[in-house]
Amino acid sequence: MTLELNEDTMNYTLLIYENAEAFALRGHPDVEKRRAYWAAWPPYAQALREAGVFVAGAGLEPPDTATTFRDPHRRVQDGPYADTKEQLGGFFVIDVPDLDAALEWAARVPVAAGSVVEIRPNLVPPKAEAAASTARETLEARP
Amino acid sequence: MKFSILSYESPDNFAARSDARREAHFGAVFRYIAELKSAGVFAGGAGLELPHTATTLRLRNGERLVQDGPYADTKEQLGGLFIIDVPDEATAVAWAKRCPHEPGRVVELRAHIQSPG
Amino acid sequence: MSEQAPWRDTVERVARDSYGRLLAYLAARSRDIAAAEDALADAFRIALETWPSEGVPDKPDAWLMTAARRRLIDQSRRTQVRRAAEPALAADGETAAIPLGDVAFPDERLKLLFVCAHPAVDVAARTPLMLQTVLGLDAARIASAFLVKPAAMGQRLSRAKSKIRDAGIAFELPVANDLPARLGAVLEAIYAAYGSGWDDVSGADAKRRGLALEAIELGRVLAGLLPNESEVLALLALMLFCESRRPARRGPRGEYVPLSEQDVTQWSRAFIDEAQSLLGAASRRGKLGRFQLEAAIQSVHALRAERGAVDWDALCLLYDALLRIAPTIGAAVSRVAAMAEAHGPAAAWQALEALPAAEMDGYQPYWALRASLLARLQQRSEAASAYERAIGLCSDAPMREFLVQRLAALDAS
Repeated sequence: MTLELNEDTMNYTLLIYENAEAFALRGHPDVEKRRAYWAAWPPYAQALREAGVFVAGAGLEPPDTATTFRDPHRRVQDGPYADTKEQLGGFFVIDVPDLDAALEWAARVPVAAGSVVEIRPNLVPPKAEAAASTARETLEARP
Repeated sequence: MKFSILSYESPDNFAARSDARREAHFGAVFRYIAELKSAGVFAGGAGLELPHTATTLRLRNGERLVQDGPYADTKEQLGGLFIIDVPDEATAVAWAKRCPHEPGRVVELRAHIQSPG
Repeated sequence: MSEQAPWRDTVERVARDSYGRLLAYLAARSRDIAAAEDALADAFRIALETWPSEGVPDKPDAWLMTAARRRLIDQSRRTQVRRAAEPALAADGETAAIPLGDVAFPDERLKLLFVCAHPAVDVAARTPLMLQTVLGLDAARIASAFLVKPAAMGQRLSRAKSKIRDAGIAFELPVANDLPARLGAVLEAIYAAYGSGWDDVSGADAKRRGLALEAIELGRVLAGLLPNESEVLALLALMLFCESRRPARRGPRGEYVPLSEQDVTQWSRAFIDEAQSLLGAASRRGKLGRFQLEAAIQSVHALRAERGAVDWDALCLLYDALLRIAPTIGAAVSRVAAMAEAHGPAAAWQALEALPAAEMDGYQPYWALRASLLARLQQRSEAASAYERAIGLCSDAPMREFLVQRLAALDAS
């Protein structure tokens, strides 16, 4: 994953929040429902790639598999940060000209009914030269 | 195995990004990323802008609803994420614990779906 | 009708039926849409405060207009702006003793529509502005329908209104020479509220479903104000033809049903009859225009209800004519779809390949059509790739599900 620091475009993160029913589709006993859930994601990611906007993306294991670390003393807990109705199920980072373009891609995310997509602009690395070059270097993934 | 280390920030932590504490705030993040890199486990990441810059999209009764603001109304909000690629969960936990400390910061470790179901 | 609060029912009725007329009149006089909106909002607020105790006036519209005009005049005096507007405001009725009786006011909505679509107004603001001012829709709802951040839509509307005020754009009907172009902009803005025009897409896209009725309402308002303009009648006909098929677009489980498989008994006969009548009136009145061609195309589809078949050759001719005067991606793709039915997939494939690739890249209906042609040409793996691309670009769940099934059917065949 390379962070493109193109002046004309911005990075946005699409945070995908799924409800319990959506998470349940992942391992649903009904093979059709299970298949339908998994079938939609690769075409979406591929469409992002073919449009040249894909920066990163991942599906996340369900929230009950999470581990949370709270201060003070880094108390470790099983489970996710918050007990909200919808939970983070995955994300994509995309490189697009503006928020309207990001929203168009957000609308294409193949979420199940009841899921929510949050679109957040990414931080532009600080302008200070040293910081900028560090950012460019450190935010590049190893190949 | 890939994991995301999710960093949830308090309003004060977000404020630290743009006041006198900003160098310390970002410095700690960059040092952490450098450590991840030199250990060969860094696989990407994203720093997120302030929660009020978010837009939320949902379906309600078949109609698309676009709203200002982030998804959740929680005190801490997602401020960034680090993606790591490590041999096992124990290593991931160790790295999550080394994520820079800030009062009010909550760190969540979540495994990536390693292969489609 | 709630017996406890007849005044509330009246306020709601007036808001629903007369908001646009009231606002248009106030905005035309003050040349300041935002100030007119505020004044009208104040008037409604005062009505809700005073009518419960003082009773509902005999002519509530007139009462509200009078109250709003008073607010406007007070405001303009306080801020000392729009000297040009003051005489217009004052001349219409004296402020000191405005009778609360029979104050009829002309319908200025046509002028308001032309102002909203004025060349100086940002194209992206025109449709939202019409919806907000003529129909009273709130900005958040408009934002959702157009997939825009609500705060950004609010700013866009605000900037457009400021521009109209600061540039001194007059609330006047265009002169004859300018009318065709200016009217074209109004029609396009109304049509943008309805959808893209390619039936399957506009029906399947949830983004647009929410404003279809509002677009038709704007179309009706315009047709009432310009009943002799052929393109105005044609636009309304077009939207009614498309809307007539809405009940048939979804199956019993909410699944997507393509046009060719729709149950024609579910098409609205009333909408089709009205649309045919409007299209007939349009064709008798003026020279052929974009919306007459689009409506004619839809009328050919509507004839399947009577004849059981679609005249694909006629559709090809109509699309050829449409593309000559109003080339759009949607029409270009639809033409290829018609060719596939009239001349077979090989001929259609040639036409598809001639389309400009860069423009088609992110256009989901193009990929869905490409996939279906490839499938018919027995090129299964290319068809599968095209279906996957269409699926990845899809923003409507039932349509996506339909394409996923078509993809799966490739393997089965």
